[in-house]
Amino acid sequence: MAENSTHPTHSTNPTAPVNPTHPTEEPTPTVVVDGVHITYKVNGARTGRGSATSALSRIVSRKAAPGVREVHAVKGVSFAAYRGEAIGLIGSNGSGKSTLLKAVAGLLPTARGKIYTRGQPSLLGVNAALMSDLTGERNVILGGLAMGMTRAQIRDRYDDIVDFSGINEKGDFISLPMRTYSSGMGARLRFSIAAAKSHDVLLIDEALSTGDARFRRRSRERIDELRREAGTVFLVSHSNSTITESCDRAIWLEAGRLRMDGPAKEVVAAYEEFTRAGGRAAR
Amino acid sequence: MPTRPGKRARVTTATSTAPPPSPAPPPDLAALAARHGLTVSGARPTLPAYLRRLWSRRDFITAFATAKLTAQYSQARLGQLWQLMTPLLNAAVYFLIFGVLLGTADHVPDFVPFLVTGVFIWTFTANSIMAGTRAISGNIGLVRALHFPRAALPVALALQQLQQLLFSLGALVVILVGFGQLPTASWLLAVPALLLQAVFNTGLSMAMARIAARTPDVSQLMPFLLRTWMYASGVMWSIDTVLGDRELPQPAALVLQYNPAVIYIDLVRFAFIDSFTADRLPPHVWAAALAWAVLCGAGGFLYFWKAEERYGRG
Repeated sequence: MAENSTHPTHSTNPTAPVNPTHPTEEPTPTVVVDGVHITYKVNGARTGRGSATSALSRIVSRKAAPGVREVHAVKGVSFAAYRGEAIGLIGSNGSGKSTLLKAVAGLLPTARGKIYTRGQPSLLGVNAALMSDLTGERNVILGGLAMGMTRAQIRDRYDDIVDFSGINEKGDFISLPMRTYSSGMGARLRFSIAAAKSHDVLLIDEALSTGDARFRRRSRERIDELRREAGTVFLVSHSNSTITESCDRAIWLEAGRLRMDGPAKEVVAAYEEFTRAGGRAAR
Repeated sequence: MPTRPGKRARVTTATSTAPPPSPAPPPDLAALAARHGLTVSGARPTLPAYLRRLWSRRDFITAFATAKLTAQYSQARLGQLWQLMTPLLNAAVYFLIFGVLLGTADHVPDFVPFLVTGVFIWTFTANSIMAGTRAISGNIGLVRALHFPRAALPVALALQQLQQLLFSLGALVVILVGFGQLPTASWLLAVPALLLQAVFNTGLSMAMARIAARTPDVSQLMPFLLRTWMYASGVMWSIDTVLGDRELPQPAALVLQYNPAVIYIDLVRFAFIDSFTADRLPPHVWAAALAWAVLCGAGGFLYFWKAEERYGRG
C-alpha cells in the first residue's frame, strides 16, 4: 500500500474542517480510537429460547447454549477526532457504525485496542428514560435529570425545550401524558429534550429523520448549534446528503474495517461509487 | 508531530472497487491521547469517584423513583388510591386465611395489628428484592443509552418501595388506632427500625440487580425463595406459638431468631403494639438490626460496583 502519498484534493476542499486552533499548533484531540476491535455475543442466534428439554439437557451436560454466537463487528479501527470537527460515519447496513458509536460512548466494551476520550461522550437520545404514562412536563424534567442536568439547568431551559418541540402549538399538550401524543409529537419532544444539553463529544445515530420538514430543518440548525458548543460531533446516517451537509469529515466503515477517512465530500463520493459498482444497497 | 487525519483521506483496505489508496500513516495514537490527557472510555470509576457521581445524581434517583410510583397506577380509574388499597387488600386476604380459617388469631394477642404490621414490613423487603432483580434487566434501554452510575437504578427502585411503604404506614396507623393501639412514644422506635431496614433492602436490591443482570432466570426463581423466607419469618403467625415447647438445635434456633426479616418485623411490632413486649425480641436486637443493615448495605453496594462497567453490555 502506498502509505506516503497524500491526497491531492484535500487542500482545495471547501468543506475541510475548520480548525479553531492555530494551524501550526497541534489540534486538540477529543476522541482517539486506537486499533479497536469489538465483538459481542448474540444469544439465541439459532434456536431462540429453545425447548425446555433441550435447555435441561444443556444444564445437565454443562454445555454452552448452542445459540450463542460471537459477532466481530469492528475489526481494528483507528482514528483521532479533534475539537471542532463534525464527523459522519457511513457504510452499508451492518458495517459496524452504530457499534463503534456505542463503544466511543463507553457503552460497549472493546475486545482489543483502546478508546480515549476527553470528557464523557454522550449519545443523543433520552427515549429510554421517558415514561409514556407521565405528562410531557414531567418527562422534560425526568429526561433532563437522566442526562445529568441539574434541576436549575432544567428550569432555565424548560421553556426553550417546550417551544422548540412545538408541542404546545396546537393546545396545551405538555400537561397530557406522553402516551396521548401522536408519534411525530413524541419524537419531537424526545429530540428537544435530548438536544437541550450541550456535550463535549456528541454522538448522533440517525436522529435527524424525525418529524415533519419544518422540524427537520429546525433540528438540523440545533445540531449545528450543538456542534459549535460541543467539542466534536459524530453522526451516523444512511443519508449521504445529510452527511455532506452537516459534516466536514467522514469515516467510511465497511464490514467492520475503516475503509476511508477524509473530507466528507470525497469520502461520500467514493462511497457512492462503491455502492453503484458493488450493487450493494445503501439506504 | 502527527499528521491530522481529518485533513487527508486515508484508505486502509484496497479492493477492486476502492478509490485509489491515499493513506496517511496513523500517528502514535496512544501517545497522542496521553499528551492531551484523554482518559480510557468506559472504565470503572474508583469507589470514592463512584460515590461522588452517585451523590451528584440524587435528583435523578428521587425523580425516577417518584415517576415510577406515579406511573404505576396512572392507567387505573381509582389512580393513586391503589397505593393504599393494594396493601390493605393484601392484609385482608391474609386475615381471612390465617385469622379466620386457620384460627391463628386465637393464639396471638392483638392479631390484626400483629398481622398487618408483619405483612406491610415483609412486603417492603420482598418488593425491594423483586424490584432489584429487574433494576438492570428492566431498564436495559436506559443503561445502553445514557451515562450514569448504574447503582442509581436499584437505589431508585428501593426508594420507590420506601415511598410505597409510607403509604402503607398511613393505612397501618388507621388500622392500629381502629384496633385500640393508640399512639405512644414507643412508636418513634419504628423510625430507626425502618431506616435500618431500608438500608438492608437497598443492599440486597443492588446485589440482586447484579446477579439478575448476568442470570435473568433468577427473577423467575425469586418468588419461590421469597415465599419460603416469608413463611419462615413469622409474618402471619408467631414463631414462638407455632414452635411451642419443641426444642430446636441451637444453630437452627439462632437462624430463626436472627433472620433479618424477623428482626425488622418484630422491631416494628414492638414499636407499635403494646402487647408485643421486649421479652419477645432476641438479645442485642438493635445491634443485630444495625449489623444486618451495614453488612448488606455496604456489601451489596461493593458487589454491585465491582461489575459497574459490565452492565448492559454484550
